[in-house]
Amino acid sequence: MHEFSIVNALLELCEKNARQNRATKITKVEIKVGKLSGVEIHFLETAFETFKEQTICHDAKLVVHVQDVVVRCETCHQESTLENYELICPACQSRDVSIIDGEEMLLMRLEME
Amino acid sequence: MCKDCGCSITPTQWSAHEHTHSHDGHEHTHSHTHDDHHDHDHPHAHDHEHKHEHLHANPQLNDAKTISVITKILDANDTQAAHNRAHFEEHGILAINLMSSPGSGKTTLLEATIDAKEIKLGVIEGDLETNQDADRIVAKGAPAYQITTGQACHLDAFMVHDALHHLPVEGLDVVFIENVGNLVCPASYDVGSHLNVVLLSVPEGDDKPAKYPVMFKNADLFLITKCDLLPYFDFSIEKAIREARKLNPKVDVIEIDSKSGKGIDQWIAYLKMKKALR
Repeated sequence: MHEFSIVNALLELCEKNARQNRATKITKVEIKVGKLSGVEIHFLETAFETFKEQTICHDAKLVVHVQDVVVRCETCHQESTLENYELICPACQSRDVSIIDGEEMLLMRLEME
Repeated sequence: MCKDCGCSITPTQWSAHEHTHSHDGHEHTHSHTHDDHHDHDHPHAHDHEHKHEHLHANPQLNDAKTISVITKILDANDTQAAHNRAHFEEHGILAINLMSSPGSGKTTLLEATIDAKEIKLGVIEGDLETNQDADRIVAKGAPAYQITTGQACHLDAFMVHDALHHLPVEGLDVVFIENVGNLVCPASYDVGSHLNVVLLSVPEGDDKPAKYPVMFKNADLFLITKCDLLPYFDFSIEKAIREARKLNPKVDVIEIDSKSGKGIDQWIAYLKMKKALR
């Protein structure tokens, strides 16, 4: 249940951005969550609804963009989306692949007034 | 952050950069942490979009607007983790994050490592409650500091930083951060270690790498522990390794039994080599 800690970090980041932009209210929070980031989106949403009350995000809507796992093959240089979590290039079956997306949790956009 | 703690590393010694770049029509974002200020030199062309404290200087926001942020949600933790790593490096210490389920033998492995008398080590222990693990390490003659997290299911970089200021690290080769027993949450947090070592004990079953992909994907070393119990369980070493390497093709593996001493030589050799390469 580390989603609660992650939401706390997200709310702090929202407060910081609101201060920098002289905003009094945040109306929408857009985040990108990788499928291999290790968080459960349902818990993340529940935690956001619970913890936002006392913050600048109290009327904010949370929009979660789920990011597939994307790898780049170092052998054939193809970029592919993985259907499962086996790190193998779907094009040439090489295991020399790097994950280039789908591991991170990012705050992408804020709508504020 | 270190104005309060008195440690000698200041936040200006590193900087976190975030940027967006696109190639072949695919756009993605990532962030880098640099140990000091230097120019970027990446092999591919991209546009930098630095987002420090200078987003917009509008005096007052009267209308609704949308701003693009693109910051890691755990950015503050990652900055603290980079600081912790710098702290370890200043003391010439290799820092290892030990992660596993509860009862996989993390503390027993550390006891066996101390008994081998080859590595000078200290331990930061994380548990929900009790000082029992730190007491076991201290009883073996190594320094240890216990973090009790209360209800938190993982250690973060801030907790480890606080612990670092309670652990006498001078003269140590390796500091182990024994994380809270949990195969899920600790995987999301950089605590400032150089290596992630993940333990899986034979009684837990060989299906765990496939069931907990984030944890096993992030491992530098995969230790299969309690190997002397193999005759009593349906555990396939080959399957466990195969599943782990599907997620993490480059992961190293040691089969170990801390009670009988099987594999301890290899483990000590691994630690010495990794320490020498730091």
